[in-house]
Order: sequence, then C-alpha cells, then structure tokens
Amino acid sequence: MKIKSVLAFLMVAVMCMAILTACSSSEPAESSTEASTGSDSSSAGSTSDDSSSSDTSSSGSSSGGSVYWLNFKPESDEVLQAVAAMYKEETGVDVKVITAASGTYEQTLGSEMDKSDPPTLFVIGSEDGVKNWGDYAMDLTGTPIVEQLNTEDYNLYDENGKLVSVGYCYESFGIIVNPTLLEKAGHSVDDIKDFESLKAVVEDIHSRRDELGFDAFTSNDMDASSSWRYTGHLANLDYYYEQGGTKWTTCPPTITGDYLDNYRNLYDLAINNSTVSPNELATGGHDAENEFITGQAAFFIQGSWEWPTVSELVPEAVMIPYYCGVEGEEKAGLNNGTQNCWAINSRASEADQQATMDFMVWCVTDPEASAELVDTFGVMPYKEAVASSNGFLANAEQYAADGNYTMNWAFTYQPNVDEYRNALVSALNQYDADPSDANWETFKTAFVQGWAQQYQAMNG
Amino acid sequence: MDGTLKGDQRRKNILSIILAILCVIYVLPVFEVVMNSFKLNTYVKTETFAWPSGEMSAGWQNYANGVAFGSYPFWQSVIWSAVITVLSTVLILVCTSMAAWYIERVNNKFCKAVYFLCVFSMVVPFQMVMFTLSKTADSLGLNTPWTIPFVYLGFGAGLAIFMFVGFVKSVPLEVEEAAAIDGCGPLRIFFLIVLPMLKPTLISVGILEIMWIWNDYLLPYLVLDINQYRTIPIQIQYLNGSYGTVDLGVMMALIVVSIVPVIVFYLTCQKYIIKGVAAGAVKG
Amino acid sequence: MSKKINSASTLQRTIGKWWPVFMLPVLICFVIGFVWPFIQGIYLSFCNFRLVSDATFVGFDNYGKAFTDPSFGHSFWYTALYAVVSLVLINVLAFLVAYALTQGIKGSNLFRTVFFMPNLIGGIVLGYIWSMIFDGILSQYHTSILLNSTYGFWGLIILMCWQQIGYMMIIYIAGLQAVPEDILEAARIDGASRSQTLFKVVIPNMMPSFTICTFLTLINGFKLFDQNLALTGGQPFIIQPDGTTIKTTEMLALNIYNTFYGSNVTSQGVAQAKAVIFFILVAGLGLLQLSYTRKREVQQ
Repeated sequence: MKIKSVLAFLMVAVMCMAILTACSSSEPAESSTEASTGSDSSSAGSTSDDSSSSDTSSSGSSSGGSVYWLNFKPESDEVLQAVAAMYKEETGVDVKVITAASGTYEQTLGSEMDKSDPPTLFVIGSEDGVKNWGDYAMDLTGTPIVEQLNTEDYNLYDENGKLVSVGYCYESFGIIVNPTLLEKAGHSVDDIKDFESLKAVVEDIHSRRDELGFDAFTSNDMDASSSWRYTGHLANLDYYYEQGGTKWTTCPPTITGDYLDNYRNLYDLAINNSTVSPNELATGGHDAENEFITGQAAFFIQGSWEWPTVSELVPEAVMIPYYCGVEGEEKAGLNNGTQNCWAINSRASEADQQATMDFMVWCVTDPEASAELVDTFGVMPYKEAVASSNGFLANAEQYAADGNYTMNWAFTYQPNVDEYRNALVSALNQYDADPSDANWETFKTAFVQGWAQQYQAMNG
Repeated sequence: MDGTLKGDQRRKNILSIILAILCVIYVLPVFEVVMNSFKLNTYVKTETFAWPSGEMSAGWQNYANGVAFGSYPFWQSVIWSAVITVLSTVLILVCTSMAAWYIERVNNKFCKAVYFLCVFSMVVPFQMVMFTLSKTADSLGLNTPWTIPFVYLGFGAGLAIFMFVGFVKSVPLEVEEAAAIDGCGPLRIFFLIVLPMLKPTLISVGILEIMWIWNDYLLPYLVLDINQYRTIPIQIQYLNGSYGTVDLGVMMALIVVSIVPVIVFYLTCQKYIIKGVAAGAVKG
Repeated sequence: MSKKINSASTLQRTIGKWWPVFMLPVLICFVIGFVWPFIQGIYLSFCNFRLVSDATFVGFDNYGKAFTDPSFGHSFWYTALYAVVSLVLINVLAFLVAYALTQGIKGSNLFRTVFFMPNLIGGIVLGYIWSMIFDGILSQYHTSILLNSTYGFWGLIILMCWQQIGYMMIIYIAGLQAVPEDILEAARIDGASRSQTLFKVVIPNMMPSFTICTFLTLINGFKLFDQNLALTGGQPFIIQPDGTTIKTTEMLALNIYNTFYGSNVTSQGVAQAKAVIFFILVAGLGLLQLSYTRKREVQQ
C-alpha cells in the first residue's frame, strides 16, 4: 500500500515537472494540440531566440550571443527594425529591437531588466538614467565603439568616472517652418529674428487664416503622443537660460523658473494661433505632423527626426530657434543634444556583450546601416559614419557656424521625468482650458516646486 | 375587478415602454463604437455622434489597418487571448474539481487547512500580490501564454474550489461508496461518477473563469513577456498610450473586433451565463 | 464526526493516499500563484528594495510613509466616496429593473439579455468606449473628462452603473423568484396594496440578495482598477504648493500601481506597504460580509 502511494506521488511529481519544463522551454509541443493556429505563425522566430538567450545565461554557451536592444523612441522603431533585419541578413546574428511606448521607457526598462532575458543594449540618455541604471552598464572605456567616436561631447560618465554610455547620434529641435506658406502670406523666414518678429508673422497669418487657407501653428495636443514637445523640449528654453554661463553637469536639486515668462510667451503664441483651439487640446486626437506636411499650418514645434517625413512633401522646410523674448536672442541657435546613448548590460553574458558591441560598431561603420540611421537620428558623431542629409541638422550646424549660441539639452536632467511631466501636462491642460494668471501660477508650481519634489523622491 | 385588470395591463404596457427605452439607451454606447469605427480619425473626436457618411467615412479601412497595425498586428492578440482563456479555464476546471472532491471527501486537517487558505485567497485583492507574483512567475519562466494558465490556476483556485466543494457536499455519498467497495480506483470514481454529476457547476465555474480571464488586464500585463505576447486588453491599452498619434477610428474598430466574440459567446450561452453568474454570486 | 466513523471510511481509505494526484497540481500552482507571493509581499512591505534580490529590512518605515502620503489618503477617500455612491445607485436601479422584469411583462427575456450584456466587456475596453462618448459630449462645451474631476467621478459612476446593473439585476431576479408564492398569495388575500406587498413581504424575504449585492458592489468599488486606468488615469492633478501632486481621480488600486511602477524607483517598499493596507481593508469588508451573512442565516 505504502509503496503504491509513494509511486503515485512520484509519478505525479514527475508529470508536473515535465509539464512545467516542457512548457517553459518548448512551447510548440503543447501548442500544437491546443491551438495550432497561434503557435506557428506568430512568433516562431522570437521563441527560438528566447530560449537560446536564456540558455547562454545559464550554461554559458559560446555559440555566439544575440542582441536585444530596448529602444526608447517610438518614432524610430521602424528604421531600427529594418536595420536589425539587415544585420541579421548580413551576419546571421539575431537582433531583437523592442520599443517602449512613449513615456514608459523607464518603467519598461525596470521590468525588462528584472526578467530572465534582459536587454543587452539599452539607452542611458540622461543623468537620471546614469543614477538609476549606471550599475547595470558595462564600462565602455577603451572599447572598439569608443575608438570610432569623433567627439566626447555626448558621453556620459558616472561619479567614479566609468564610461556608462556613448551617444550614437545627436539631434536638434526648434520650430519647423514652411517658407512657401510664409511667402504666400507676404512674409519671409528671414524676417523672423526674435520673438517680436515671430509674433508679428504668426498673428498676421492666424488673423488671415480664412483668406490664406492655412493657419500659423499646427495643433498642440496634450495627450501622451504629443505633450512631450512642450513638457520636455519647449521647457528646455527655461532650463537653458537658467543655467547662465555654466552648464549643468548633474541634476540641480532646485530650479528657479526665472524664464517661465518667456516660455509662456512662446506657448501662448503657439496655442492661440493654431488650427485647434486651446480648450480642445487635452484629449488629443489631432495630427500635427499631417497638418504641417499637408500645408494646413506654417509652424510646427518639433525636432530634426521629423525630417524624413517632412522633407517628402515640404523639402524646403527649415528649422528656427525658440524665440521667446529673451535679451539677445537674435543670436540664438537650435537646441542640440542627445538622449540617444548606448549602454551595454553589464550583467549580460560575455557572448551577448560581444555580439552587442559588434552590432554597435557595425551600425556606425557600415555605409548602408549608418546612412539609414543618420536619416532618422541625425548626425552620428563617428569617424566612418555617413554624413547626415538631414536638412534641419544642416540648419543647426549653420546657426552654430554663424556664431549663434547652441542651446544644450538641459531638459535631460528633469528628475523622475515621467511623473514630473505628467504633472506639467495636467497643469497645462488647466491652463489651456482657462488661460488665467492663477492657472499659470499652478503650472509654475508644478514646474519649479515639482522639480524639487521629484529630485527629493529620486535622491531620498 | 375588470377595472383593476385593465389598469394592470396598462401599467405593464407603460413598464414595457420604459424598459424598452432603457434598453435602447443601454445599447447606444455599443452602437456609437460601431459607428465611429467607420469614421476617419479626425472626425471621431469632433463629430462623435454623426453618421459616418461622405468625407467622414473610412469604409473598412480602419478594420484593415487595425487588424494588421504596426509592429504588433491585432489578430495575434486575439489568438493569444483565446489561447490563454481556453487553456486556463480547462486547467482550472480539471484541477480544482479534483482537488475539491478530495478535500470534501477526505476532509482531514490537511484538507481543511487547504480549504481555509482557498477561502482566504478569495478576499485578497490582486494588488497585494501583483508585484511579487509577477517576479515569481518570471523567475519560473511562466511568462508565456502556454504557462500563464498555471498562474491563473494558482491565483484563481480559491473561488473555483469554494464553489466545487459547496456542490460536492450536496452530492450523495452512496454511489461513490458502492463503487469504492466494488474496487473502483479513485480516478475512475472521479471521472466516471463524480464529474458527470458536477456538470452544472463545471459550466458555472467555467463561465465565471472565462469572463474573468478574457477581460483581465493587469495579471497578464505584469506576468507575460508583453513584447511577444499581448492579449486584447493589453494591446488596446498599449495602442492608446503610445506610438505617435493615436488613430481613434482604428481604436474603435479594434474594440468592435474584440467585442464581437464576446457577444456571440453571450448570445449562444446566455442561459448558462446567467445561471453561472447567479450561482457564483450566491456562493461567493 | 459521524460521517468519519460510518460509511465514508471505505471511500476515504481508498482515495486518502491519492492526494498527490488530486491535490498536488493545485497545491503547487497555489503556492506559486498565491501563497509565496503573499508571504513575500508581507515581508517586502517591511523592506527597502530596488530589486527583490537585494532587499533591506526597515521595519515600519514604509507604513509610516504610506500613511503620510497625501495622495494615498486622497485616493482612499475618493475610493470610499465612489464605493458608497455606486453602491446606492447600482443597487437601487438594479432592484427596480429586476422588480419590473418579474412583473410578467412582454419582452422580459430580451430586456434581461440587453441589460446584462455590458458585463461581458472588459474594463479597459469599457473605459475607452466611455471616454470617447464623454469627450464627444463634453467637447461640445469645450471641455473634457480629463479636465474636471467632477466629470471624472460621475463618468466613472455612469460607466460602472452601465456595467454592473445587469449583474446585480440577475441576483435580484433570483431573489425575487425565490420569494415563496404562498406568502404572496396570503398578502394578496389580506388585501395588501402593491407597495405594501413590496416593502412588507417581498423585500424582507430577499434580504440575502441585498446582503450579497451590497457587499459585492462595495468590494468591487474598492478594487476597481481597469476602468479607472482607462477612463481618466488619475487626471486632472492638483498641484500642491510644495510641488507634489494629487491625482484627483486616482483610486486606491491605481494609486498602489502607480507607486509600484511610476518612475520613482525608491518607493516600491512603500507601494507594497500600501498594498498590505489595501488588502486588510478589502479582506475586512469580506469578513464583515461573511459574519453578517452567517448571522442572518442563523436568525432565519
């Protein structure tokens, strides 16, 4: 009797184990019985690379690693997928590119890093990122990718001097203008030299929008897909001017918001002279990019990554600085910088790290790949990378060459960035609905005191 | 007498009319979604209640775009949702009915302890365990649609066992007893004698589980490897929070696609669903 | 006790040692899916941690932080208010509909089918359906459900009424049909008016249904997550003078979720502590229901 029960127990235990292990490693075996449609078509490729990479981490196989790039820019997802496919074709090495939904990169990275198959290549693009994820990044000092760099401007180090990440491109943002529409309205881009002249042109176009058939600014939606243009990029004008002469190197515990009146100048101009009235912005649903390329509006607050799309229909488009009424802004240039910095997961297997490094070097040296990347990303600061054909970045370089000051990306220091920006969005929504001074004060609070609060939350 | 009867009839008619109006109001939101699923994106927000005609109409384009949208086509989500729901429900039904029978029939200290734990688990909200559960599931490799049923079995066992035990209690012992004396093994007793008698409860529990799992968002979102496997709710939430401009027309089309199987399921199994819900509520 | 000594013993002896077959699969999964996460959750609520593997014990710190977090307090009162309002509305309306449907009117079945239907639609999808409808209406008045927490509150109430009335209606119908026919007959013979019958005979006879529905709506209200996330996601915020925010339409479950997975990586311990508090609250309500039902059963 006893033997029988022990046997039964063993049998079931073995069965359970068998089921569990069979399920986790070779799904198709079970899948074929239950749902033959689902298993074969959807992800045969990805399941196989899944198991191979988890193998390497446990048994340390030397059969060549794979690359898993956790990308943070939804708009460049398509190009990265294409580049990954190119690499696979050329070398046979799997490159999995996963793109976090906008505004959720930190969160996605957090959960992915804790998983059994974490990203090997990820983005540490700010001081915040270094603080959070520096421990997980391999020291890149002296690695092949660093030898390819032609500037150290976009490198990020931690407090011990470890090279945590290297920029793979830099970008630029400002106000994109359609010169043809301006001419139709009897103006010219050259007329715009500062906030006053910008305002004159914008308000003139907006007041004659029915007669002209187009408006000044595109819609300025505050939903997740578009709000970062204001809570991130436009906010940079305050941070930049606030820095004064000395640029931030770490996140300051507090900021003053001294230039928020200038922010308000430009923000008011954009929302009050646009295709969509301010009180409809909160829920979004408009398509600013489409409005610009189809000629419904002449001004578009955006960045150089829009060039591939914009240049197809408006090849003459140019980018001008954020004119906002600051003293001496005639000499302003565009906002140049990058959050696109590669870091390699220090906890990945050596094979995966090597595979990742090979992939990175290939990206910046292969003429075809770098051409593809340069077109979306902007200038790649590497010796052998193809020069950029991006018109907006040419504008950026021209401004710099003409002796204008370049506005660095101070907004990358925003502490606890998603929470901070969510509060800004909420405050701007209230302001859009009722542009009163009281509501602007609320926005100021979110902007200045919110910074201090989030800094506290991050640093304990 | 005649007068009150007439009055009664009139009252009933008025009631019918009121309820009919309520019904129309009830169906309107779904009708709205269907209508907007044929509209172009820009008109969904601005002309929400207009008929999708003329320049507003997108025809079937939203459906075509939506089902094969972006890097994660929607039909994959539909399949994963179906796989997870079916596998989990079957696993839960088989395992918990067996356990419930054992618990009720053997009824020793160990069984009582397990039963108590099950009842206890019913009052624990998911937020209590969500973080640790997702970590545990991931470290055990339970993050695929083929393995997540084990997680569902673990977290959802409580209610199912509770309902099955309640029913087994009311099943007379004599038949099983006689079979045992005849030398029938436990597995045969269970599958040949007990299980057929459990059929109504199986259906009730099954329906409750299907309704829960098909619509569940947070558990699969936290447990599954969402880059590869997204269920319908995950994909809809994902689309709304990301990727440049959200195409609301497409969104509505996807909602329609995701509701249709549910409505079909409901209309075909209505009788059981309503019975199952009543049973589940009374017991739970 | 008598069961054990008597006939059940043969059966018990036969199946007793088969527990690995009958119990083990459930037990293993139950440990993975509930017991272990639950214990670990309690433990982690006393810890500071970024990754589970390197947690450090900090005692009741996290609970202190949770109780002093104004957003948690706000979400508690907001949730409680929501739960009470929805409790009253859903139950009153569901009972009225159920009562109407048991009057033998034409089309009862069709009506019942329609009213129950929204129950089968998931919370996320429901949220987006209604956010489209509310914004469609509110945009006529140049506002949005995301801009006004009053709209957000009543929006959620309307949504949940739409979803839950059908469910509670089913339970009430079952209760109404279970009222013994002879009692109704007796009331009719005694010449009781319709409302007298309803309040003096029918309702007292279906108290169990009321108990069930009351607690179900209450607990559902406290646990609400998907609909909250999809409809408003916590918008709009109140920006406090010190720069912290209160998400005005954020309910308890969402607050816990945001504390866990918001980008503030240092607060996961606090989030787990909030989750434990939340668990005690919901479990308390559940136990209250249990004891209440028991008491009633004894009385009858």
